[in-house]
Amino acid sequence: MTAQVPSLRLASFDASPLGNASRWQPAEYAFWVLPVAGYFIFPEDLSLLSQIAITALFALSLDLILGYAGIVSLGHAAFFGIGAYAAGLLARCGFGDPLLGLAGAAVMASLFGFLSSFLVLRGSDLTRLMVTLGVSLMLYEAANKLTAFTGGVDGLQGIEMKPLLGFFSFDLYGKTAYIYCVVVLFVMFWVARRIVQSPFGLTLRGIRQNASRMPALGTPVNRRLVGVYTLGAAYAGVAGALLTQTTQFVSIDVLSFSRSAELLLILVLGGTGSLYGALLGTMVFMTAHHLLSGINPQYWQFWLGLLLIFVVLFARDGITGALRTIKRRFSSPKGTPP
Amino acid sequence: MSVPVLQTRNLVKRFGGFVATDNVTLNIASGARHALIGPNGAGKTTLINLLTGFLEPTSGVVLLNGEDVTGLSQHARVKRGMARTFQINRLFPEMTVLESVTLATLERLGQSATWWKPVGAHPEAVDAAAELLLQLQLLDVAHSLTRNLAYGKQRLMEIALALAANPRMLLLDEPAAGVPRGESRELFETIAQLPRDVTILLIEHDMDLVFRFADRISVLVGGTVLTEDVPSVIATDLRVREVYLGESAKAGHG
Repeated sequence: MTAQVPSLRLASFDASPLGNASRWQPAEYAFWVLPVAGYFIFPEDLSLLSQIAITALFALSLDLILGYAGIVSLGHAAFFGIGAYAAGLLARCGFGDPLLGLAGAAVMASLFGFLSSFLVLRGSDLTRLMVTLGVSLMLYEAANKLTAFTGGVDGLQGIEMKPLLGFFSFDLYGKTAYIYCVVVLFVMFWVARRIVQSPFGLTLRGIRQNASRMPALGTPVNRRLVGVYTLGAAYAGVAGALLTQTTQFVSIDVLSFSRSAELLLILVLGGTGSLYGALLGTMVFMTAHHLLSGINPQYWQFWLGLLLIFVVLFARDGITGALRTIKRRFSSPKGTPP
Repeated sequence: MSVPVLQTRNLVKRFGGFVATDNVTLNIASGARHALIGPNGAGKTTLINLLTGFLEPTSGVVLLNGEDVTGLSQHARVKRGMARTFQINRLFPEMTVLESVTLATLERLGQSATWWKPVGAHPEAVDAAAELLLQLQLLDVAHSLTRNLAYGKQRLMEIALALAANPRMLLLDEPAAGVPRGESRELFETIAQLPRDVTILLIEHDMDLVFRFADRISVLVGGTVLTEDVPSVIATDLRVREVYLGESAKAGHG
């Protein structure tokens, strides 16, 4: 073995690739032009675009807990629903300020997320699927029963929102609503992006990749999982509140099983653990949903199913995984290892 | 005499009717290079799991620096200065080498829960990680993904992750398991160069390596300590020979 001069080698060591991931890439700037372009290109479809932004935020919240910490959930709609009802009830009680509604929804959803996280800590993936599913089913039935508060299956009506920031009232064309949704999505995305690039985010990736090693590094794994589950719940709650505020109505469907299941599909379609997978998955899924149901109102689910099978079989790690593969092919045409 | 870094008193672990660890009392002196040997199924890894808190003992106590840590969780024991490696790699395949070790140094520095500043903005942890990589000759692969590393380098990563906790007590569970002979020599040279204020408890099958490395050896058979002494005495102990010869004779037939 050749002797090396240690100090020299350490001094010349470049740790900067470690920090590169936290820097914004050109493709990311390009991506965020899309929602702005959408506003001008599809002025007739702003309500659909708002729905996409809301679902994207919801998918982002699942990516935080599933994509980063590896907690599988089939009941994430529980937090979406709590946020939706919290915002609706606040508005009905006269607190119709949108941002106040978001804050209230985030607090309620995160509180519930914190409490239910202790159930989720127990057991492995299959147990978690069942526990999250069970919790959301119980909430659904509770909302169904408590008609005095939730309106039951008739939904929560009579929600009147005050103008945003006291200035911008929600118009008939959904312009204010769309801009509001996109801005909230962007801000919350930006915060999530910082969090996943932080030591806390790195710890979560560690837990997902090898949970059994983490305690041997000195990491209190359960505390981190409680933290991220609470955070994910808050994100989902804000998404639910946005839906309430922009549609001025809460349907009991916000708590439904199909909403949780569809969200899981969206995330698998887009690819987990990159945040952008959640956004791209939502855009593709909801656009496909919209177009297919327009072409073929009765059998559109067939084509959606086909799309999903195709993606899962041929594009590992979803759309973002496929994009990464393409990018790698371009940057190393001779097939050098990544 | 100073307090042993790690002690057990009458440690017992039962799995149903099977006694994996039977009344084990150990004293690991400060600065020791202590080896734990024994035939397959003697309960060596179970013992390590009891020491680190991965398993809970049926009865008995574990003392670290004279303090009872029997009821403490794994991560709490790491914070008190006890780290381990695993016989079968437990690494982070999709992280780079530097990321993995930085994850561990962040944890030691109490910065692993910060959630706003990016990882790269924690120079103390990154520098500590780079220094460890230099020490273990992993610096040139710092930016490679762990899963792309050669197996021998992955074994070094096991040690790097344990050392990142800055342990006073290091438990090495067959660090050279699966590594070709020539490379395992190199691996042990690296281990031998660790500072003397790190106490080491080593599980190893290769007797050659054990007798060159250890200054104290405990022989574990059927969950109990058969004997404990300096290598020269162990080497001539008839009971130990019997255990190993018996095993190699059996292995010869198999």
